[in-house]
Amino acid sequence: EPRRILDDAMLESLEEVLIQADMGVETALRVTANIAEGRYGRRVSSREIKEALASEIARILDPVARPMPLYPSRPQVVLVVGVNGSGKTTTIGKLASQFRAAGKSVVIAAGDTFRAAAVEQLQVWGKRAGVPVLTAPEGSDPASLAFDAMTKAQAEGADLLMIDTAGRLQNRADLMEELAKIVRVIRKKDPDAPHNTLLVLDATTGQNALNQVEIFRKLADVSGLVMTKLDGTAKGGVLVALADRFGLPIHAIGVGEQIDDLAPFDPEDFARALMGLDD
Amino acid sequence: MFESLSERLGGVFERLTKQGALTEDDVATALREVRVALLEADVSLPVARDFVKRVQEKATGQGVTKSVTPGQQVVKIVHDELVAVLRGDGPADALKIDNPPATILMVGLQGSGKTTTTAKLARRLAEKQGKRVLMASLDTNRPAAMEQLQILGVQIGVDTLPIVKGESAVQIAKRAKTQAAMGGYDVVMLDTAGRLHIDEVLMDEVQAVRDIAQPRETLLVVDGLTGQDAVNVAAEFDGKVGITGVVLTRMDGDGRGGAALSMRAVTGKPIRFVGLGEKMDAIETFEPERIAGRILGM
Ligand SMILES: Nc1nc2c(ncn2[C@@H]2O[C@H](COP(=O)(O)OP(=O)(O)OP(=O)(O)O)[C@@H](O)[C@H]2O)c(=O)[nH]1
Ligand SMILES: Nc1nc2c(ncn2[C@@H]2O[C@H](COP(=O)(O)OP(=O)(O)OP(=O)(O)O)[C@@H](O)[C@H]2O)c(=O)[nH]1
Ligand SMILES: [K+]
Ligand SMILES: [Mg+2]
Ligand SMILES: [Mg+2]
Repeated sequence: EPRRILDDAMLESLEEVLIQADMGVETALRVTANIAEGRYGRRVSSREIKEALASEIARILDPVARPMPLYPSRPQVVLVVGVNGSGKTTTIGKLASQFRAAGKSVVIAAGDTFRAAAVEQLQVWGKRAGVPVLTAPEGSDPASLAFDAMTKAQAEGADLLMIDTAGRLQNRADLMEELAKIVRVIRKKDPDAPHNTLLVLDATTGQNALNQVEIFRKLADVSGLVMTKLDGTAKGGVLVALADRFGLPIHAIGVGEQIDDLAPFDPEDFARALMGLDD
Repeated sequence: MFESLSERLGGVFERLTKQGALTEDDVATALREVRVALLEADVSLPVARDFVKRVQEKATGQGVTKSVTPGQQVVKIVHDELVAVLRGDGPADALKIDNPPATILMVGLQGSGKTTTTAKLARRLAEKQGKRVLMASLDTNRPAAMEQLQILGVQIGVDTLPIVKGESAVQIAKRAKTQAAMGGYDVVMLDTAGRLHIDEVLMDEVQAVRDIAQPRETLLVVDGLTGQDAVNVAAEFDGKVGITGVVLTRMDGDGRGGAALSMRAVTGKPIRFVGLGEKMDAIETFEPERIAGRILGM
């Protein structure tokens, strides 16, 4: 492979690879500057420099790549939140299936009492995962469903209670308050709950993901992230900026619409895919 | 979270104007700020690059360097140019729905807002233009997708094609056409399953649907929060299915909406509507000035 001097032009084209992966300008500049150190002005091959960038990205992501922690509490409450259409309901189905396969007893609460057929959708997922789904009528208060679900899951001694919520944009104060209320009500039953609050991000989302994390974290105490739709051409580079800024754990990634299409977050694979080093 | 273009340029030009006339270098600095502002607003890189080139030509032509308020002048050029690119031909609202029953095909990635937008548009056509609309879900994939459209139909008082399980998307499209013709409907709206533009099987499926349905309009429904992937989505859907327009959803969010520019630049097709919420009336015709201001953070 031909080797070229690592100069400003080459650095700029590397920055552009990162920007096109949704890393954002600021983070892209910083990451390329890091790998330029000690290499600037030297002869490098394109492969070599991409490998270096991939390692740098993996290094940033390594500390946040952690599976969803499990606790001995019964039930361990997992609240799933995020903007509309990001993949919350599907991810719950996939997670429930994984936990079932690991021998856990799981209950799902259909906390999206707003969107048309949200309950029916989750019921199908419940069936696929072999897990019961607790429901409330359309339009009813999701917080009171969460409360009832807590009572039931406690009585049944379930290992996990997963609560789906309606999609909401983070700039909708009223809907964010509704979420905060769900959390408050859950805490009445167990002050340590929800034990995990997962924010589900769509990989096709651009820089707005930063606002999403900032505000959901503030109002719903997010404990970890899941990024969906990484089976497309979106690279999800915003995760690098997020890791840098918030340091929230990234638990898993969605790679399809089927029940098994949820994979652990692997920083190295992710970084290599981001740099187009897969093939 | 991000600085607006005027803020960015303000800083640059404050430093510069004190030293008198601007040089070509100064303009280059300003254009770099424009580029960053566009990228932070999620305009796709190749689109941002081309756009900056256009602005550069305009700025040179207009003698920005001699201006007393070069910052403001650059912002104005950028803004006007953005509006020019974003504006399609003709009124955004003018969907081709003559020759009843006219078919409108809705396509897009998973979760972009197709089903919701199908119902919003159906309601709009019924209420604003007195059209008789039939909606059909061709989504044989997503759990309860058909039920979702059916429930929305009941909510807005628009008919949906009865659900028959086990039919393929193409079969449903055929049945919808027949039903629309027999039932005297003006418009038949086909909601499709979400699909990745790189999913060959599902892209073939939507092509087959298109060939059967012969849509007058094929609307690509795109999440307004989309990032750099917008160019891929736009190019692939337009190339493989052939779209006639775009609907941008979730514009009620606080995203900058740079995807609007990417969509326009890549497809050349008009952006027809913007989705502004989950409720059935939360849809408006596209207004280029508004989106331009938003992309620039003004
Ligand atoms: N390709 C792909 N599609 C996905 C993935 N995860 C979810 N989806 C699809 O994205 C769409 C939206 O998923 P949902 O699970 O309904 O999203 P949600 O966040 O619950 O949506 P709302 O409840 O309406 O806010 C569906 O068509 C899913 O099949 C993924 O990892 N890859
Ligand atoms: N805030 C907001 N939410 C929207 C808008 N349009 C759609 N949604 C929401 O986005 C989510 C997904 O919408 P759907 O209409 O189910 O999307 P879809 O493209 O049909 O999804 P699939 O069929 O799974 O591909 C739902 O929660 C909708 O209520 C909008 O303009 N603003
Ligand atoms: K992304
Ligand atoms: Mg859902
Ligand atoms: Mg749909």
